[in-house]
Order: sequence, then C-alpha cells, then structure tokens
Amino acid sequence: MARPMTMAEKILAAHAGLDEVVPGQLVECDLDLVLANDVTAPIAIKKVAEIGVDKVFDPERVLLVPDHYTPNKDIAAAEQAKIVRDFAKAQGITHYWEVGCVGVEHALLPEQGVVTAGDLIIGADSHTCTYGALGAFSTGVGSTDAGVGFATGKAWFKVPESILFKIEGELAPGVTGKDIILHIIGMIGVDGALYRAMEFTGSTIANLPMDERLTISNMAIEAGGKAGLIPVDDVTREYLTGRSERPWVEYHSDEGAEYCQVYEIDAASIQPTVAWPHLPSNTKLVADSREVKIDQAVIGSCTNGRLDDMRQAAAVLKGHKVHPDVRCIIIPATQLVYRQCIEEGLMEIFLDANCAISAPTCGPCLGGHMGILAKGERAIATTNRNFVGRMGHPESEVYLSSPAVAAASAVLGHIGLPEDLD
Amino acid sequence: MEFKGTVYRCGRDIDTDVIIPARYLTTSDPAELAKHCMEDLDTEFSSKVTKGDIIVADENFGCGSSREHAPIAIKASGIDVVIAKSFARIFYRNCINIGLAIIECPEAVDGINNGDVVSVDADAGVITNETTGAVFQAQPFPEFLQEIITAGGLVPRWQAKLGTK
Repeated sequence: MARPMTMAEKILAAHAGLDEVVPGQLVECDLDLVLANDVTAPIAIKKVAEIGVDKVFDPERVLLVPDHYTPNKDIAAAEQAKIVRDFAKAQGITHYWEVGCVGVEHALLPEQGVVTAGDLIIGADSHTCTYGALGAFSTGVGSTDAGVGFATGKAWFKVPESILFKIEGELAPGVTGKDIILHIIGMIGVDGALYRAMEFTGSTIANLPMDERLTISNMAIEAGGKAGLIPVDDVTREYLTGRSERPWVEYHSDEGAEYCQVYEIDAASIQPTVAWPHLPSNTKLVADSREVKIDQAVIGSCTNGRLDDMRQAAAVLKGHKVHPDVRCIIIPATQLVYRQCIEEGLMEIFLDANCAISAPTCGPCLGGHMGILAKGERAIATTNRNFVGRMGHPESEVYLSSPAVAAASAVLGHIGLPEDLD
Repeated sequence: MEFKGTVYRCGRDIDTDVIIPARYLTTSDPAELAKHCMEDLDTEFSSKVTKGDIIVADENFGCGSSREHAPIAIKASGIDVVIAKSFARIFYRNCINIGLAIIECPEAVDGINNGDVVSVDADAGVITNETTGAVFQAQPFPEFLQEIITAGGLVPRWQAKLGTK
C-alpha cells in the first residue's frame, strides 16, 4: 500500500511528477505561479537576464504586484516600480496591476481568483504562505528563486515535515483568526515550525470564514513555517466558485499521514491576544496589556486588510472618536475592499471617528511610508511583524492585534478590548 | 572554499528587518545596502567588520522577510561566512542561491566568542576556533545543494543547464 501522505507532501509530489515524496527529500517542481512585488521583482528581473532567457516561462503565470512602496513613496521607489512596469509590458505579463487596480498582494490574489486550491506557488515575499488557506502549497522565497521561477517555471524544494494543529470547539465572542495564530506563535515560538509545513484543522477552523483563515495562514512564516495549509472544505469551495480563474485540485491529507508534531488546542482557551515588541511570539492577553499607551493604530495589511477585518474594526469604532493622542490609519487592502467599505457605509464610520484612510498599500507595515513612527512612539497594528524598527525608528514599538482590538485601542488611547468602551 | 576571519557574535532571532531595514529597500545596490547592514542592532557594524570577517549567531538567523537584500548586504559588508545554530528557511535558500556561505553547527556556535579568530573549511564542514584550538564538525550539505554552491549559486547552475553561458 502507498505511504499515507499529508496534503503538503501530495501537492509537492504531484508537481514533481512523482507518486510519492518523503520529508527531507529534495525535489525539483513545476510551479503554477511565481510572484514578486516592487521591492523584490527588480532583483528577480535582473536574474532573468543573467540566466540568459528572453522570455518568461509563461506570461500568464508570472504575477507582478507593485504594492509595497506604491503609490510611489519617493524617487527611488518610483524607479523600482518603473522597472517592474516596463518588464511587465515588455513580457506581456497578464497579471500586473497598476496603481488604481493594485492591492496588497496576498489580499489581492485570492480575491481576484488568481491563486487557487492545489497550486504550487512561490513568491518573493515571505507572506506568500497566505494561500495555504485555499489549500495551495505556497511559500516565500528570495528574488533569485523568483527570477529563476520567472525564467524556467521551476524551483527546488526540500519536502518539509508537517505539524498538525487541531483546534476544536467554539471561540469566545470577539476572538478571531488573528488571536488563534498569535496564540499558536506564542505557544511554539518564532522558530517553532522552522522548515516545516503547518496544517490547521478541527471544528474551529472549519467554522471560520475565509478572510480569517487567510489571516492564520498568512502568519505561518512568523513561526518559521514553510507553508500554512488548511484543508479544502465547503467554505473554500464556496469562496473559489465563480472566482477561481483556473479549475482547482483538492489534495486531502490521508488517514495515517505522518506528522512530526500534533498540537491539540481547545478554542475556549484562546483569548484576545497581543504580541508585544519585538517578536510575534512575545504574546500576552489584551486584558493584561492595558497599561500600554499608544500613539498610532494601523488597521490593514496582508494579514488583516480584508472586508471582514474592516467590518470588525468599524463595528467597534461606530459612534466613537479616536483618542486625541492617537493617529488611526485604515488601509483597505484592495480596491474592491475599499469600494465595499464605501458601499457598506464603513468609510463613513471611519471618517466620523477621525480615522485617516489610505489607498491600498503595504505602507507602514514594513516601515515604508503612510504612517512611520518617531523615536519612542508606540503603535498597535493588525500587521504581522513587530521587529525592532519595523514601523519606523529603531526605538519605536509595534504591538500586534486583531482589528477589533486595534480599533478599541485607538479610541481608548491605550491597548484594550472593545468592551472597555462601554 | 576556505575562510579565516574574526568573529562578529550575535544572539538568536536576528531578523531581516534588523539585517537591512525596509527604509533602505528602495535600492538593491550591494554597496549601498552594506552601509546600513545591521544598523538597528549595532550602529557601528559597518565600520567594525572588515573583509573576511565571520558572523556567528544563535538560532533562527535571518527570520522574517524574504528580502534577498539581507544576504546581499551581509556579503557586501565583507562577511564571507555565517555560522549559526539554525537559519530561517527563506534566508537559508537565499544564501545558497546567491553564494553566501552558511554553516549550521550548534556546537561550534557555543564554542566561539566575539572576536575569536575562526577558520572554516566549508566543503568539509570543519570549523576551527584558532583562538581556543577547538575543532567542530558540521553536517555536510546534501549533494543537490552542494551542486548549487559549487556552481556559485542558482543562476550559474541554470546558465550551465541551459547552456546560456
């Protein structure tokens, strides 16, 4: 009988043209999609020329998303974006998004149906692991891997061991996908899943909407994970139907598949969580973080810039004003999310609360633009990293939370829960 | 490949935002990136290290962003090799792909202090602390990765494979 395999192993085997792979095996795979952004694409584009090919492997499978420093932050950023634009035109890249259409890559590509279940995807951006929520094996790489991927459609992989996270039961009100993943990273550490694939299962995950699943898979990299997979189910199928550009393939982990570790988590044990500086694993309960005064709140990013996130933030901000000592910056992750925020009246709530609203961009998440911190300042952010200097000055601080907690904190002027506003 | 140099010792979870802050990512010029390498951890890094120096770090070196600017900045700073207890996986790939030598060897890391002089035989995986005389053996790279390293990185490997150079 064939060796039972995890979904990660199955996707890699299928793309390597093999019936079976085992953890540790080095394989060369055919890629479905290769992506890069305005920071990483310029180097990748240079590599294509160095390799000596004139054309990318498939102009429909190379994805170029200028989202980090766009709308162009300064002249240097404009030059980088131009390299990407010129390459996209010269190569006839069909999946290139200009400012006005572009969104934060890991929100945009699922939303537009470009990435789909069963895909093998590499992206020159560490949060490429986001698409694991759709049942794809997708992982972050550097620009050289992306450049080689552009040129050849191939990449090498070491088949990872898998870790299974079984999350069962009902979440308490106000606890979200963000709290689940912060809880897990706090539990296993920033290298707790190093070189491994994380697979999230259980009734709690099954009951989560796609936007919150994407948040969980997005932060697999913050535990060192190579991928963050969620089994394809009816929520996935409903999300992909009418959206996915290509037919999708479902890979399900076999009964008896081998996991190097299994964590069983009771959903009821998870409470609203915040990651203190300067590691995503430095987690505490929001309830134990109320002494932290903040200067800025950022609600957006590839982690939490989707419609559900905007709704959760708006539900808290409705009828309140942002604290006079706080700048609250809302960044819908895509043009569609932006439009939906207008149509649902969320923008009015944000404006009434004195929030600043930005065009879609990665912006402040990586300390690029649109909300940089001064020395000694503190931000609460729905983003994914709180490393030293991540959002600005090396002596500034970032606290990571869910959209509802960030919104509540913006009103309170310190870290707190939505119920603290009552 | 053989290296010998003075050790710059650092701790665990050295992330790529510290190795090269995002505020400098509007360029990919190695010399420019090298000027700002590690500056949020140690503002004097670029003036302290000299050609041929070696970074020795604890677990999870290079965690965070996929930016290849990080190993590019380290290499352009004059660092020839990074020895760590473990590397974050994207950083690990990036180093192999661009030809920055890396070695995983927890025992060696525990036996090396800041300022020690260390020699490395990367092919054999032998690390010698010339200051203390201690010798450590790292696991050799799998054959497939050794091929990329020997070729000088992923691009030269593909140039050879496609016959474009």
